[in-house]
Parts: sequence; C-alpha cells; structure tokens
Amino acid sequence: MKRHTGGILAAYQHEDSVISAILSLKEKGYKGFTVYTPAPNHAVAEAIGHKVSWVRIWTLCGGLTGVTLGFLMTVWMSLDYPIVVGGKVIPSLIPYVVIAFELTILCGALATVAGLLFNIIVTRKAAAYDPRFTDDRIGLFVPCPAERRSAVQQLLESSGAEEVRVEA
Amino acid sequence: MATTAHPEPATQQGQPSYHDVTRDIAATLGNPGRGYFILMAFVLTVLAAGIIALLVQIRYGLGEAGYEPPVMWGVYITSFVFWVGIAHSGTLISAILYLFRSAWRTAVYRTAEAMTVFAVMTAGLFPLIHIGRIWYFYWLIPYPNQRGLWVNFKSPLLWDVFAVSTYFTVSATFLFVGLVPDIAAVRDHVTGWRKKLYRITGLGWRGTDQQWRHFGKAYLYLAALATPLVLSVHSVVSWDFAMSIVPGWHETIFAPYFVAGAIYSGVAMVVTLLVPMRKAFKLERYIRLEHFDNLAKLMLLTGMIVGYSYVVEWFMAWYSGNAVERASAFYRQFGSYWWGAWTMNICNCLLPLFLWFKKVRNSIPALFVLSLFVNLGMWMERFIIIVSSLAHEYEPYWMHHYTPSWVDWTILAGSFAWFFMWFLLFAKNFPTVSIVEVKEIIPFPRKERARA
Repeated sequence: MKRHTGGILAAYQHEDSVISAILSLKEKGYKGFTVYTPAPNHAVAEAIGHKVSWVRIWTLCGGLTGVTLGFLMTVWMSLDYPIVVGGKVIPSLIPYVVIAFELTILCGALATVAGLLFNIIVTRKAAAYDPRFTDDRIGLFVPCPAERRSAVQQLLESSGAEEVRVEA
Repeated sequence: MATTAHPEPATQQGQPSYHDVTRDIAATLGNPGRGYFILMAFVLTVLAAGIIALLVQIRYGLGEAGYEPPVMWGVYITSFVFWVGIAHSGTLISAILYLFRSAWRTAVYRTAEAMTVFAVMTAGLFPLIHIGRIWYFYWLIPYPNQRGLWVNFKSPLLWDVFAVSTYFTVSATFLFVGLVPDIAAVRDHVTGWRKKLYRITGLGWRGTDQQWRHFGKAYLYLAALATPLVLSVHSVVSWDFAMSIVPGWHETIFAPYFVAGAIYSGVAMVVTLLVPMRKAFKLERYIRLEHFDNLAKLMLLTGMIVGYSYVVEWFMAWYSGNAVERASAFYRQFGSYWWGAWTMNICNCLLPLFLWFKKVRNSIPALFVLSLFVNLGMWMERFIIIVSSLAHEYEPYWMHHYTPSWVDWTILAGSFAWFFMWFLLFAKNFPTVSIVEVKEIIPFPRKERARA
C-alpha cells in the first residue's frame, strides 16, 4: 500500500461521536478522509453519504454476458455437430435455457467479485491504520498538511474521540 | 484525549461487546488438542479405506460396484444426490435468509456455508467415480477436439455438469468473500504462523468506508444470484430422473420435491455439525437455543413438504390409471426394498412430527438424534427412488434386485470422511461463526442512550 502523506488518526468508541465528527469535517470542507468500522455500520455510512456502489453494474454486465454466451454456445455447438433425433429441432432453445441460466449466474457472480476487487482498488486511499479498527473501535483518518493539523486535532478531540494522534 | 465514562464500551444487558465477539471467535482457532488429532486420524483412516476401494474398482471395473443390468445407477448416484442435497441448506441459510434480513442466521450461516462448499466437493466426486473410467471425465465438458464433437446439451446429465460446477464456484466464492473481513479481524488478533496465513488470505482488508460500501452491494448481489441458483441446482438434479421415462421417475413433481428434500436433509446436517462444534468451541453464547429452535422449525416445514410429496407420489401413481406406474409404486413400498422405503417413511415423515413440540425443539440431544435419523432417511429416500425404480421397470424379464457391494459402502464411508476432513480443517483455521455479521446485529455503543 502507498504511504500516506500524513494526517490525524482518531479512534472512537461511540458511534454518535464519530458521526458528529464526520458531519463537522464535511461541513468544513474536508475530503478524502477514511472511516474504519469493524462491521458494516449504516448510521456511519449514511453520515459519510457515498453514492451507491458501481458493483451492481458489473453484476448486470456479467449476467447479460452469461446469458448471451449460454445461448450462443449451445446453439452454435449443436449446429456444428448436429445430433439428429427423430426429426426434432437441432438447436432447441428450451433445454438450452438451463445452460444459459447457469452461465448467467456463474458470469454474474464472477463479475460481481471482479467488480468488488476493481472498485476497492480504484477507490483505495493511503491512510494510517490501527488493528483495533477490526475489533471494537471506529477509526477516522484525516489526511492534512502540517499547518492544518492542530485545527483537525482539536475538531476530532472535541467530537469525543477516545484517542487522537498525529501520523507523519 | 476526550473524557469517557467507561474504559470498555458498555453494551446492553448480557449482549457480548464487539471485543468479546472477536476474542471468543478467535479463540476457536489456534492449536488443536489431542481430541482433534484423534478425530482427524480416524477420518483419514476411513478416507484411505475409501481410496483403496476406489482403486479396486478402477482396477477391476464397475462390476465391483454391484452394477448389473438394469440397475446401473446405485449407491454412487444416490450419494451424489444426497451430498448435493446436503449442500442446499447452506445456501438457503446464507443467501435466502440474508435477503429476508433474518437476524438469527448470522450465528449459524458460516458453518452452513462451509458445509455447502465441502458437500458439493464431495458430491462432485461421485459422478466421476460412477463413470468408471475416471480419466475421461473431461469428456463431460465442451472442449474443442480433433474429432469435431460437441456434447449433447439436450441431455439433463449435461445440465447437471453446468449446474453443479456453477454451484461449486459460486458457493465457494460466496464463502470466501464473506470470510475476508473476518480473516482481517483475526489477523489483527492472533500471533504466530497463522498471522501470516491471515495476512495473505485477508487480502489487505481494513474495513474502510469504501471497502464496506462495495462489499455490501457485492454481497447482496451474490446472495441474489445464489438464491435462484440453489433452487435450480436440485431441480436440475431431479430432472436427471424426471426427464427419463422410467416409472417412478417420470413425474412433474420432482423438482420442488427434490428441492424441499435437499433443504430438509441440509438443515439436518447443519444441526448434526453445530451441536458438537458448539460444545467443543464453547460457543453457547453465540449459537443459542433460539437458533436451534429456528433450524428445527425449518426442518419441520421442509419435512412436511417432503411427507406431502410422498403422498402425492402415491396419489399420482393411482390416479394415472397406468398399470406400470402403479406396480412401480407398489413395489417401492412393499417389494424387495421395503426396508428402505419404510426407513425413509419413518425417518422423514413420522419422526420429525415430534418437532411440533417446543420441548423437543429446545432439547439439543433430541434435535441431534433426530437430525441423524433425517440424514439416514434422506439418504435412503434417494436410494429407494433411484434403485427401486430401475429394478422394476416395464417388462418382468427386465427386473432385477441390486445389492450394493463392499466397494459401494466403503466409498460411501470414504465420502463422509472426505467431507469431515475438510470441515475439521476449516473449523480450526477459519472462523466458523461470522465475526462481522454477529457484530453487525449488536448495536454499536452510543454516548447518548436516549435514542430508542
């Protein structure tokens, strides 16, 4: 991971404290801060206010690719090697629905995972970290230049952070 | 430093705190005791016996499996259907109940999901064992070849290849995606060589707002894809039978009947696995009686659907007015496989009726014993459906009694060993209860408590 440019790292043990910190940071125009939560936290996510993740577009594209691939593959292969049974239709779409369906799910799921990895990598930011953030503390890292540090530090402390430290 | 009232975040009465969850679940990992190694040694011995039986069969041919015309599908196909069925409840609990936002699933879904993956891995072995010449298994896959051949996509057996391999891929992916944040939590908690393992498998997860944002959506869509998948897989498996014209197989009810049976046997297997695991790992605080109660209710519901399907099968045989169909149904209950049919009727339809009583649902030993009976009954159900139908088709000269050989039974035992080997390895190395999802349903501590 890239080394971060320095900033303030705070640990919180209360949800409402971190939410008030996020709101006042947003109000003051700070961007690019990172919030760590041990589990998905809807109140915190709402305060940050991200747009809906792009992953769903990946799922849709994967699923559509799967269904197209499923029908094209089965139809082409049965035309390329026709198994003639009693004058029945050679590329018969009804049984191929099963194959197309399974490939829809398969490609959709794999595309979702690919989308998850891609989006996480693209939106990754260099930030200081503390192992407690996967345990029971909410973390907040605000990258800022040296001259703004004391202001940010004060803001985080007054919001009720348990611990605030400068990360150079 | 800000002033705080407590050094540790306080939680509501009796609820574990976030730190308790990490600590208790991370404590299930670590160096196993003597009991674990004894169990593992036993499992590996049985697996070795199964492999030897398989080698005998490969050397001398499928005759070793007791196959004789017309019964060319026996214990292997039975076990294939059985293991695919076991897998189903895992996806039900992890995906379908996730979409329904049912909170009780969080404590049990990881075990169920791991069970799914290992059960599909076990199931996948059987078609290969059954084809005899194992080294030609790739003929099932459409691949470009010099003879210009393609597989027959109109065959349900081919649908099965696609359904089961998709099921394996998707359920393994789903399991791993859900595991990553948990691995990160134990990574930050343990020391020693395991820390290295978790650092690699945790994929650098830190729980940032961006990570959760994409993770939440991805998990939701994986669940949404897994839900129709789980219903399709056992439907496709049932069509292996229902698309043929064998009396006793050629029935429109087969797909829902098999799906219900699959979930039924799977929930029973979840109970079978959870009871000893909860005891060994001291997870009574997380896997509580209410979880078993809910699992028991699921068992009761699906068990009733299965019982209903049995009755509908008899009705259909009678109502069809078809002499062959009626003879097949009669043979199934009272013919030379009567013992199997009545094991299945009693284990799957009668015994689960005890689950109507709350006392039984809340008694762990009673549930454990019942779950074993249901496992037995559901294996027997597949055996009876497959074998008794093939043994009694249209023409009397083409009727034959099939008896499984020692090779069949040893390979079946080996398959259980293979399944439990993976499960034991998983249970000691990865969290069997989801740390993140258990935390998610515990409200994060707030300074102001007034908010209701």
